[in-house]
Amino acid sequence: MDSNKNFVVGIYEDEDVLLHAVEQIRDKGVHIHEVYSPFPVHGLEDALGYRRTRLPIASFMFGITGTILALFTQTWMLGYDWPMDIGGKDFASLPPFIPVTFEFTVLLSAFGMVITFLIVSDMKPYKWPRQFDVRSTDDKHVMAVDLAANKLSKDDLSRILKDSGASEVNEKNF
Amino acid sequence: MQVTSAIREPLITGGKTLRDVSEDISRQVEGKPSNLWWAAFSVSFVMLLFGLYCFGVMLWNGIGMWGLNKTVGWAWDITNFVWWVGIGHAGTLISAVLLLFRQKWRMSINRAAEAMTIFAVICAASFPLAHMGRLWLGFYWALPFPNAFGSLWVNFNSPLLWDVFAISTYFSVSLVFWYMGLIPDFAVIRDRAVRAGHNTRALIYNALSFGWMGGAKTWMRYESVALILAGLSTPLVLSVHSIVSMDFATSVIPGWHTTIFPPYFVAGAIFSGFAMVLTLLLITRKVFHLEDYITIYHVELMNIIIIVTGSIVGVAYITEFFIAWYGQVPAEQYAFINRATGPYWWAYWSMMTCNVISPQLFWFKKIRTNLVSTFIISIIVNIGMWFERFVIIVTSLHRDYLPSSWSMFYPTMYDVGQFVFTFGFFFCAFLLFAKFFPVINIVEVKTILKSDSEKKH
Repeated sequence: MDSNKNFVVGIYEDEDVLLHAVEQIRDKGVHIHEVYSPFPVHGLEDALGYRRTRLPIASFMFGITGTILALFTQTWMLGYDWPMDIGGKDFASLPPFIPVTFEFTVLLSAFGMVITFLIVSDMKPYKWPRQFDVRSTDDKHVMAVDLAANKLSKDDLSRILKDSGASEVNEKNF
Repeated sequence: MQVTSAIREPLITGGKTLRDVSEDISRQVEGKPSNLWWAAFSVSFVMLLFGLYCFGVMLWNGIGMWGLNKTVGWAWDITNFVWWVGIGHAGTLISAVLLLFRQKWRMSINRAAEAMTIFAVICAASFPLAHMGRLWLGFYWALPFPNAFGSLWVNFNSPLLWDVFAISTYFSVSLVFWYMGLIPDFAVIRDRAVRAGHNTRALIYNALSFGWMGGAKTWMRYESVALILAGLSTPLVLSVHSIVSMDFATSVIPGWHTTIFPPYFVAGAIFSGFAMVLTLLLITRKVFHLEDYITIYHVELMNIIIIVTGSIVGVAYITEFFIAWYGQVPAEQYAFINRATGPYWWAYWSMMTCNVISPQLFWFKKIRTNLVSTFIISIIVNIGMWFERFVIIVTSLHRDYLPSSWSMFYPTMYDVGQFVFTFGFFFCAFLLFAKFFPVINIVEVKTILKSDSEKKH
């Protein structure tokens, strides 16, 4: 984690005000570090200009791996490694292999996606997060602007945040 | 600015603010448990201990301690297994299927329902595990591990093995889904602990929340994960009870050998699951004073699902009878006549009364919006659904092909004991969950606060 960073932190009460504020502030060429909300605000990721997440693709890849692995394993075990005559049925046939294949696909897809999510979001149990304002999980939307990433002065940034509808503007140093 | 639809009733009453929601739902996590909680926990714990004793004696001596005999080789164990798995289904239906259908009323009830799913599936799994006799060898028998016999692999053609995969996948995916939902709520409790100066609690809940921040980027990914998990869980939940039903349907036992089983079992599962959700939530809302979050409107909507699924189950019972007659297979016809008029007639008619007649009372608005009648009917439905599985399993088996093998099933203390064990575990686990975890999804309730909450008077 990078140390000695200075942030201007704007507190917003309402998500509609926040959405307009994000657009306004970005139009002025200010780079927003991140916005922390107590609940998902729809349209915020677009307003902040984030690229759509590729987690669905990851999930699909994990799923298809599960499908192939399950089909291959079952066919190899019962069809090749130790073929067993069960009621005169084919050693390896597709229909009875479908349930296990389906379950394994779902299992790998779900676990793979969630683990990928935890990794890309840098979430781990022993990590204490950098908290800009503890109220961001309660009832406030918290916008953090990194001073180092912007050319404007601290006072200018504070004013822009205040003008955009922030109820409070604070400073936070890490 | 609060907008409430003119045609729909508010989902959250009492004019709550975002802070009120955090406060109301975190309160029971932060405070000391009430006397009522301790009383309920003590009773459950005694049940758990008695059950553990019976389970232990049974494991030591073998499943001969159960009342099974050569003819009735499956009875309470599988009945209880199917019953518990079925109960679990409502949790996934509420959290996954209703999420895909964008039903906002799921938001106050999904957390508790998912917790119920997880505990119910653990209870269910204890029965096939116990039935293996030597449960410590179960891994080798049930999973394709390399072993010293060749390797001699498990039989992937068998529905019993499909069940192993279905139940374990269902359990793990439900657990992940539930936990994903809990992550931001743990962060709410962490930050409240930070403000109140409880450092240990803050550390514990931070670890539980994986250091959650709630940044817009994380929320975007989080929502995507939740949606895909819902999409994966929906076919999963349908597959699980379908596969459970195939344990019976792929056999050639009269009374089991029917193609109607998968949809019939799934409907029955949702039916009994919603009944159990109602039983638990009606108590929870009372004990933790959550009347503003779990409203009469929520109860009414759940009761409507009970009418729908209960009627599907009723139609399935009648269809089974009709097909037995129409199919003109004497063994099949006998199996069904025997169910209704044979020595187990009382079980059959208990099932019919509890499952087909009692939910029809919910057509009356007075009954489906009354908490006492809902609570009573929810318990009746669960009794009925237990009898359904008992009827299907025991009445089909107790008349073997040879009349000299005909038999009856009488449960022993150890059959009862293991059922008590699962109840003890289920209620202990649910009470611990309700004490230490937020019992309502704080984050999701906050998202609907603006649109679906009652205006402040």
